[in-house]
Amino acid sequence: MKLLTHNMLTSNIIKGVTKGFPLVINPSRVEVQEVDFNPDFITRVLPKLDFTALKQAATQVGHADKLPEALPETADFGEDLQKTLHHVLLQVEVLEGELVCPETGRKFPISNGIPNMLLNEDEVS
Amino acid sequence: MAGDKSLFSTPTVRHATSRDYDDVYEPAEDSFLMLDALEQELDVLRSMKPTVCVEVGCGSGVCITFLARLLGPQAFCLCTDINPKAADFARRTGRENNVLIHPVLCDLCGAVEYRLQGQVDVLLFNPPYVVTPSSEVSSGGIEASWAGGVKGREVTDRLLPRVGRLLSPRGVFYLIVLRENVVEEIETAMKHQGFTMTTVITRKAGREHLSVVKFHRVR
Ligand SMILES: C[S@@+](CC[C@H](N)C(=O)[O-])C[C@H]1O[C@@H](n2cnc3c(N)ncnc32)[C@H](O)[C@@H]1O
Repeated sequence: MKLLTHNMLTSNIIKGVTKGFPLVINPSRVEVQEVDFNPDFITRVLPKLDFTALKQAATQVGHADKLPEALPETADFGEDLQKTLHHVLLQVEVLEGELVCPETGRKFPISNGIPNMLLNEDEVS
Repeated sequence: MAGDKSLFSTPTVRHATSRDYDDVYEPAEDSFLMLDALEQELDVLRSMKPTVCVEVGCGSGVCITFLARLLGPQAFCLCTDINPKAADFARRTGRENNVLIHPVLCDLCGAVEYRLQGQVDVLLFNPPYVVTPSSEVSSGGIEASWAGGVKGREVTDRLLPRVGRLLSPRGVFYLIVLRENVVEEIETAMKHQGFTMTTVITRKAGREHLSVVKFHRVR
């Protein structure tokens, strides 16, 4: 699971959970994989991100060091920041661990890099 | 990227062992019809410069992998399934074909639909479409690949009401339908959400009359 994917996940599929975002990451195995840098992609995907959630996720997996507290107001980020975002969004991969619903504490396993957000029938909203 | 030949070739699934297909839907005529539809739509798809693409029910992952390859690294390609073995297989399919796809295990697009509302430019679904008793519509495993319940539409009908919220203003939705699915009813349901339907491609595969239909917003 890349942190880009994590940024799109919510647990409000659980009955009674209103927002369910961001999910807390408890990583047990994190890997960095080389992915071609594509500044265009970063520019296009950024408006769709919740940066606070990204920062929090990056901290939880131990890759937040170069990420600023907030994104600059200007549209032009410069290559350094873009590369940092690229790294955090696409190169860091959580292979094993769990996601935790911020409202109920319900745990969702991440195994082999795939987050398992499946619910039991009695949990479904 | 090499020439168009490799662009349009079926993604390799050479990592499959024969036992994988006990649990995961093996790419079949319906899967290939979706690939052919996407190939046919290439110009349309590329001209809209999609940023977010989602496939519901990725199975082996051949469709989303094919789409990811067509669109290149500009597109974020996420896919879902309720079958853990399918999500796992899809991940390997992406890797074997050198494209990045992002599998998530969830029902339909449940876990991502809140954050991706209004953001999805391309949505794919090759649903379990075979007409079966309702009781056979299962919640995982290989049966979930094909058992569609009444009119073969029970799973599709749960996704349809969510499509309007998910798609971006220019977003498109490609859906596999079987003649027995009564596509006119799907068309009507989508019309109420402001979508028009066109048929991209139709094929007779054995006893199945299959089509890929496409929905986009009326402008
Ligand atoms: C006909 S197969 C298509 C697989 C692949 N997309 C292809 O074209 O070869 C349908 C897939 O949908 C999945 N599926 C069934 N019900 C689902 C649901 N409620 N949510 C997500 N995926 C589902 C099945 O596990 C299966 O992998």
